[in-house]
Amino acid sequence: MSRTNLLNRRRVVAALLANREGALVVGGLGASTNDMAASGDHDRNFYLWGAMGGAVMIGLGLALAQPKLPVVVITGDGEMLMGMGSLATVGLQKPTNLSIVVLDNERYGETGGQTSHTAMAVDLVGVASACGIADTRAISTMAEVEAFAKQFQDLAAGPRFANVKIDAANLERILPTRDGMFILNRLRGSLGFNPI
Amino acid sequence: MQASPGSTTDIATSWPEEIFAILQRFDVRQVPYVPDAGHSLLIQRVLGSSTMRGIALTTEEEGVALLLGAWSGGQRGVLLMQSSGVGNCINMLSLTRIFHFPFLTLVTMRGEWGEFNPWQVPMGSTTQTVFELAGVSVLRASEPQEVKEVMEAGAGQAYNACTPTAVLLSQRLIGAKDFTK
Repeated sequence: MSRTNLLNRRRVVAALLANREGALVVGGLGASTNDMAASGDHDRNFYLWGAMGGAVMIGLGLALAQPKLPVVVITGDGEMLMGMGSLATVGLQKPTNLSIVVLDNERYGETGGQTSHTAMAVDLVGVASACGIADTRAISTMAEVEAFAKQFQDLAAGPRFANVKIDAANLERILPTRDGMFILNRLRGSLGFNPI
Repeated sequence: MQASPGSTTDIATSWPEEIFAILQRFDVRQVPYVPDAGHSLLIQRVLGSSTMRGIALTTEEEGVALLLGAWSGGQRGVLLMQSSGVGNCINMLSLTRIFHFPFLTLVTMRGEWGEFNPWQVPMGSTTQTVFELAGVSVLRASEPQEVKEVMEAGAGQAYNACTPTAVLLSQRLIGAKDFTK
């Protein structure tokens, strides 16, 4: 679908994380983790370099374990499509502190820009809604992104799902750390958990 | 007749209670599962527990990622599934190697002891090998009397040493499903 006024992914993620406070943020495999790194590395960033389709479930486990903190999953349309069943699992558990943001450029940007299902057929907002997630939205303006960033601090009203249509530009790679043990222990340490 | 505690007839049916007690003792909080008849009593106990949260999945791989998230947030979990679900987890099991987190799964076996359904055999007969190729340590309980000991060893090495571990509960233990009833 050709559209005008598609949002810039770096601006979207920067706005989501500008006032993140204690939020725990999981980035799905792909450019989403680059966008997070571009907004500034953080102890509470959890970057995935693999496990495609797993981002929402990692967010769910984290949200259930830490109900007093906002948990935000930022991922792409391809990664979300691979884990679509996890929206059903979230819909059943209804963790009120979990927010999911899909950066939807309607393509697999890391592998040559092949179109994804969201370009022609799949409406991820409709999927999330049909899975029992009450707060779902299709975002097309920065004002809506900023409003969503404020709302994910509200721990009582989730789970939320937002699909943000972004432009398909391939931006400079800003690579986050890919050392799993470092990422995990740093995040756990920020929550007060010691290494085993 | 009421069987005395610890007697053979009692243990034959009460081993899921022993698993539940061990999971409680290790302070397991998140219990993702895809239902299996062999896990039904344990799932009932989990869903009735005030400290554990049973989390129904659409596919088993979700549970691997969920347990990583749980541990990131300071909670232990255990994944309950049937042998056919192990194949659904393969790529997601990468997480156990990257993060060395306390991964424990309890797998009810199909496709081995007196199986009726040939469709269960391909995955059931390769479950142990698949886990081992993925770097998951495999323990097995085949008799009711050994469930407690095997489960304690499995939970201990998973939660204390962060050794990714699968405890296989043999079809011999659970019984072959009777499709003629």
